[in-house]
Amino acid sequence: MRFGYVLHLFSTAGSDALHPAGVCRRGPARARPGPRRYGDSAGGCHGGEGERRGDIGCIVRSLGCFPSEAELRELLAKLVEEVEDEEATRFIHMEKFLPVMTKVLLDRSYWPIREDVLLHAFEALDENKCGYITKEDLVKYLTEEGEPFTEEEMEEMLSIALDPETDTLHYRDYLSKLVVDETKIFPFHV
Amino acid sequence: MGCNRSVPDRRSERVIKAAILIQKWYRATMARIEMRRRYSLSIFRSIEYADEQDQLQLSKFFSFMLDHYTNLDSVSPISTSPTDPQVVGECLRITEFEEKIDVPDSYYGPRLSFPLTVGDANALIHAFRNKQRLHPHYVLQLLCETRRVLKLMPNITHLSTSYSKDITICGDLHGNLDDLLLIFYKNGVPSEQNRYVFNGDYVDRGKNSLEILIILFAFFLIYPNNISLNRGNHEDYLMNLRYGFTKEVSNKYKEHSTQILYLLQDVFSWLPLATIIDNKVLILHGGISDTTNLDFLKALERNKFVVFFLKLKSLLQPPKSVGGRHNQKEGISTTGLSKHTASKHDAGKTQHDSSLSSTEPSGSNLPAGPTQEEWKQILDVLWSDPRSQNGCKPNKSRGAGCYFGPDVTAKIFQRYNLKILIRSHEFKREGYDISHGGKVITIFSASNYYEEGSNRGAYIKLDPELIPRFVQFQSSNHTRRLNILERVGTIESSALKSLQELIYAHRSELISAFAQYDLNGTGCISVPDWAAAMESVLQLELPWRMLRPRLAQMNPDGQVDFMSCFYDLKMDQPIKEAQPALVETLCRYRKDLEIIFNIINKDNSGLISLEEFSQTWRLFTSHLGIDVQDDSFDKLVLSIDHNKDGHIDFNEFLEAFHFVHRVEEKANS
Repeated sequence: MRFGYVLHLFSTAGSDALHPAGVCRRGPARARPGPRRYGDSAGGCHGGEGERRGDIGCIVRSLGCFPSEAELRELLAKLVEEVEDEEATRFIHMEKFLPVMTKVLLDRSYWPIREDVLLHAFEALDENKCGYITKEDLVKYLTEEGEPFTEEEMEEMLSIALDPETDTLHYRDYLSKLVVDETKIFPFHV
Repeated sequence: MGCNRSVPDRRSERVIKAAILIQKWYRATMARIEMRRRYSLSIFRSIEYADEQDQLQLSKFFSFMLDHYTNLDSVSPISTSPTDPQVVGECLRITEFEEKIDVPDSYYGPRLSFPLTVGDANALIHAFRNKQRLHPHYVLQLLCETRRVLKLMPNITHLSTSYSKDITICGDLHGNLDDLLLIFYKNGVPSEQNRYVFNGDYVDRGKNSLEILIILFAFFLIYPNNISLNRGNHEDYLMNLRYGFTKEVSNKYKEHSTQILYLLQDVFSWLPLATIIDNKVLILHGGISDTTNLDFLKALERNKFVVFFLKLKSLLQPPKSVGGRHNQKEGISTTGLSKHTASKHDAGKTQHDSSLSSTEPSGSNLPAGPTQEEWKQILDVLWSDPRSQNGCKPNKSRGAGCYFGPDVTAKIFQRYNLKILIRSHEFKREGYDISHGGKVITIFSASNYYEEGSNRGAYIKLDPELIPRFVQFQSSNHTRRLNILERVGTIESSALKSLQELIYAHRSELISAFAQYDLNGTGCISVPDWAAAMESVLQLELPWRMLRPRLAQMNPDGQVDFMSCFYDLKMDQPIKEAQPALVETLCRYRKDLEIIFNIINKDNSGLISLEEFSQTWRLFTSHLGIDVQDDSFDKLVLSIDHNKDGHIDFNEFLEAFHFVHRVEEKANS
């Protein structure tokens, strides 16, 4: 039942313009094993040709999966041929993507993270168990441990999450804000 | 040793795991927000393309009307053409305005004196920043002067980089004054040392199209050799009627809007078509086709091309004139229309300039109008879009111009020894885009085009080596930067609102489509069926399944309750007599009807006779193939004619048919 969604996501993701070299700002880091490249625009909403590498992460995650960066790289490795073509954009064709993605969904790889598990994770970072984490600690943990955030990602998270007066993250409130928002919108949320 | 270390190790291991989990979750959440942003932009663009298709349909309707509606007696015989000597003559004499339009002492806005100086330009910028209005006396003077100077310019402006530093190239502005001011702030105002090329589409959609024109024209008059103003496809009367510029002028200048608009039509037709820098960089608004011929373009009379989709004067001219059919604008791009008219006029016969005299029986003394070939060349240059597939195909989305591939670009570049093509015409989220291996650059300077936060704008700095550098910007109404949730939320709700209105406008068709899948009459159908039905009616190529949670409710069995699509909206229906089907049709075609009535109503009174109204409506619906019961319409019309004088205010009439979002209604009550 979810498989039709993959096609729709493809056309959504393909609708945007390319990312030419030199553009500084971009959203959250996606699985991009190669350097940024530019090439032909996909030409409107009717993608058709395939998906750029950087979009694969976006698509996989929008289908309700929660892969880590390492897992995404593995997935991409399965999809990309090792052809070093300097001029061409790194596109991945739908015919290749669909079976791989289907398997991911059937195998329930990268399955969603439950809210209570997430809460435990925040609590693990909250040494004093006071219900909040300071900005410094948050930045330290998330940019130094695990699969570190880029500066952009950290900034973006802080702009949503941080209580500007106290410079702390009250994680229960934060979660309730984001998680509720999600369930209203996305059809796959657990 | 081992025991002492194990506790801190375990804790830090927990921390690492926690961090990874949070990062995983956060990235997934952000990806989904990114998806929302993308589908919102998809929605905006699909609706925009659909609107362009409607515009195309409208122009076909005008031809239809022309062929079938032969007794437009009540229509004012005044030609709309600005090349009408009467209108032109009036405008040529600037001093007329000094006599006819007084500037009262109480007016504190800028007072221009010709020839203009930088002081005047700065005064204008200052005034518009403070939301002041330029007195119509000066507007008309400025436009006259601009036209006088534009007439001296060739069709293609040649610039060379040898004398200056960078040349700045800007794309579509579409009435976003904030963006123009931001560009001037970042990059300096135009001057001899700071040259600019503007690539068309100054007007429509945004709120300050006129202010942008005034500022650009002012600088043009001060530095005619240092600022180039190319024409875009929106510098066109029919586009302006649909996309808001005409309304903006009418609202800002109630008394003098007709004069201003007439003059503007002429000024637009005198805008040059392209700019070439160092014979290597070609800058024009749309694109090229495989037949684009720069020498041909240099030689034609560009001011003959007043309105792209239609020659309006041919609409009002009684078809009984000798000299045959009027040459409709379109070249080869659209199908039915050109076939239809081709059979009716002699091949190669040119448009006779009927504005000179409406009583003239023969076409022999009249100057030739544009040829089919000329139309094609101009439409290609102002309407085409680049595509990654090779070849040159008619541009079906726009109804004019072509889709041109890298092979076409290569061919034209070789023919004219070009290095770069800079064009605009297409929305780009980052404000610019590079295609065809670096040969074609799209530059788009209207930030927040669809909605606050939808996109950046950009401009190009071209150095003497002809290397382009891109500068991006985004104007903002907010003092603090919104976070991503807020930004995406704004774009998304705006997009969904527009989409819902479109859905509601197609209510009847959608319900029948749904019913076809709902064999048991349960009111619920599967998600794939719902998606298929939506696409078959609306044809927007949107990711319906992704959008479903925002558009319709699901029952516990996982099926879509399809009537819930229509819960959020209703039609404001102040007129009890109106049948729902009729109301729906009127809502759906409101924009088109507005344009049609505006064109018929040439004396600008806003009133139209019941007879004209009914006849036009019947023609329109018959052309569209809609079956609307005649008597229900007549009843409706009679009920609107409040003072029973046989005339109705059509703007007021059409205003009555609009959508109300229930959520807003609740909020406002």
